[in-house]
Amino acid sequence: MIQDYIGIGLLLLTAIGFCGGVLLFSALTAQKAHTNPAKDEAYECGLPAAMAEPRIRFSVKFYLIAVLFILFDIETVFLYPWAVVFRDMIQGGWTIFVAMLSFLGILAAAFVYAWRKGALDGR
Amino acid sequence: MSPVFSNLLAQPGVALAAEAAVKIAVVIVVLMGMVAYTVLAERRICALIQDRLGPNRVGAFGLLQPIADSFKLLLKENVLPGHVNRFWYVLAPTIAMAPPLLTLAVIPFGNTLAGFNLVIADLDVGVLWIFSIASLGVYGIVLAGWASNSKYPFLGGMRSAAQLISYEVPMGLSVVSVFLLVGSLKLSNVVAYQAGTWLIFKAPLAFLIFLVSAFAETNRLPFDLPEAEQELVGGYNTEYGQMKFALFFLAEYANMIVASALIVTLFFGGWQVPFVRVEAFGPILAGALGVAAFFVKLLAFIVFFIWVRWTLPRFRYDQLMRLGWRVLLPLALLNIVATALALALKLRA
Amino acid sequence: MEAALFHLFSFLTLAGALLVITRRDPVNAAMLLVLTFFFMAGLFVLAHAWFLAAAQILVYAGAIMVLFLFVIMLLDAKEETRRCFGRVAGVGALAVGGALLAALAGVIRDGRLWRVPAGDAEGTTAAVGRLLFNTYLLPFEVASVLLLAATVGVIVLIRAPRRPDDAPPSA
Repeated sequence: MIQDYIGIGLLLLTAIGFCGGVLLFSALTAQKAHTNPAKDEAYECGLPAAMAEPRIRFSVKFYLIAVLFILFDIETVFLYPWAVVFRDMIQGGWTIFVAMLSFLGILAAAFVYAWRKGALDGR
Repeated sequence: MSPVFSNLLAQPGVALAAEAAVKIAVVIVVLMGMVAYTVLAERRICALIQDRLGPNRVGAFGLLQPIADSFKLLLKENVLPGHVNRFWYVLAPTIAMAPPLLTLAVIPFGNTLAGFNLVIADLDVGVLWIFSIASLGVYGIVLAGWASNSKYPFLGGMRSAAQLISYEVPMGLSVVSVFLLVGSLKLSNVVAYQAGTWLIFKAPLAFLIFLVSAFAETNRLPFDLPEAEQELVGGYNTEYGQMKFALFFLAEYANMIVASALIVTLFFGGWQVPFVRVEAFGPILAGALGVAAFFVKLLAFIVFFIWVRWTLPRFRYDQLMRLGWRVLLPLALLNIVATALALALKLRA
Repeated sequence: MEAALFHLFSFLTLAGALLVITRRDPVNAAMLLVLTFFFMAGLFVLAHAWFLAAAQILVYAGAIMVLFLFVIMLLDAKEETRRCFGRVAGVGALAVGGALLAALAGVIRDGRLWRVPAGDAEGTTAAVGRLLFNTYLLPFEVASVLLLAATVGVIVLIRAPRRPDDAPPSA
């Protein structure tokens, strides 16, 4: 119902107001910052900042995890409406069960492939 | 009440908005109070587990400690380090804090009281709303790590993001078997379904997968790799101070409370009072008892979260990834097929 | 009220999309795109497509844009900001954009979109489920093959240059 989203909209505004309000209020109450060169350096456990390399080359593995996440996220989105109508539609025949079994079967093939290729090692 | 005011309230939209505003105010105040005292509870319980006393000087039993802490954080020096990307550095904590506030909207914290449904918005998409909003929390952490322009926060942020998205999958899949049984995503329907038996007894494997994923999603031990002190200093919030740091801290505890509330609603009957027919006490008392039951279950889970944190050691990063992708994910998929098959055989018999 | 909100969200969506393509900093552009998806979800809510609105946030704002952000951070955002596109890329972009615009105009002129007034159909999860598993069963099954192809493609692309027994170089 569209009425339900009145609460959502108000909560959205409240959340923005709360987070912004906390930042603004704390900026007023805070002690003024005393700058000194050390405070402007990135934290390096006491080592000179010159030793720090601000950008580290990052493993492409993170990209792989993100893609696999998208694939299974989309799968989840398909599973939700299926779960909701399952009770009603199973009365009419096994189609609804077989439909999802074949869908999951094909995705299981993708999953097994990713596993065999070492994409799920976490290394 | 003045006639102008009562006329305004007679408009259907305005009355609904006023009702929602009151609920939002109550929920936010209660949540913030709970966050403050969960922090204290965490420190006292961890002290108990480690045979220490914990903070007990400010007020009786240290009960004023959260107030003292918040004043301290408000008065701290407002440092904006020179090496950060200013815009995203300031905005990241608010992006982390907003999702737990927004997800609370759909969780019913009671049945009805004086004719009002005790939920801010009982959406048809229910749990899907929680997952979609919670998935935005990743941005706060990634942006904090990136905007800090510093080694440890960046490492912590990327690790944390990888962990969050990895465990979102088994978490989302585990509840499918719940929806198969209930036939709806709406949380009020999920609670109503548990009037007789709680869902933990009907879908125990789903509960187990959901619980483990919830620990990972809230960055709690044994899954607290994003802030693994021994290797990452403080993780994504290393370069933060004052209220900006406090917002990350609050968000972490708010997330824990939301996760506990969701577990209670999905698997432990929500506001249902076990063994007692509360309707017999009249509508007002029955409603109040429902709210009380919800909060007792919620507090029990919060204590459980804290207890686990101070009992278990931390996973290694590759172990964490393997548990999510190689154990929980296939288990959740098998659980869905098994539940569907059992339900089909039962309904078609 | 709903009409006013529709205009507000339409304006915000378009303004957000415009800002996305005019930002030089890729991180700013990506986060503006997240915001744009959020406004689009608002439009879906106003069209009573409840399920679609939540799925939009979950999949686009919460999953696909995380991947975008990962890629931006794996590359160097500062370098990307300085990069300029050549004439060939510009012409290519114009061609693709023009083709998309033509396709969109075709759909709008077709008129089928206007026959269902917003608010007549309720896009609940159950309604989407019934449609998906009756009328659109075949496209649903095909989607799984698409996801399989995507998985295989990504793994092949990432793993291609390396040998299977490629151990990390010892320090």
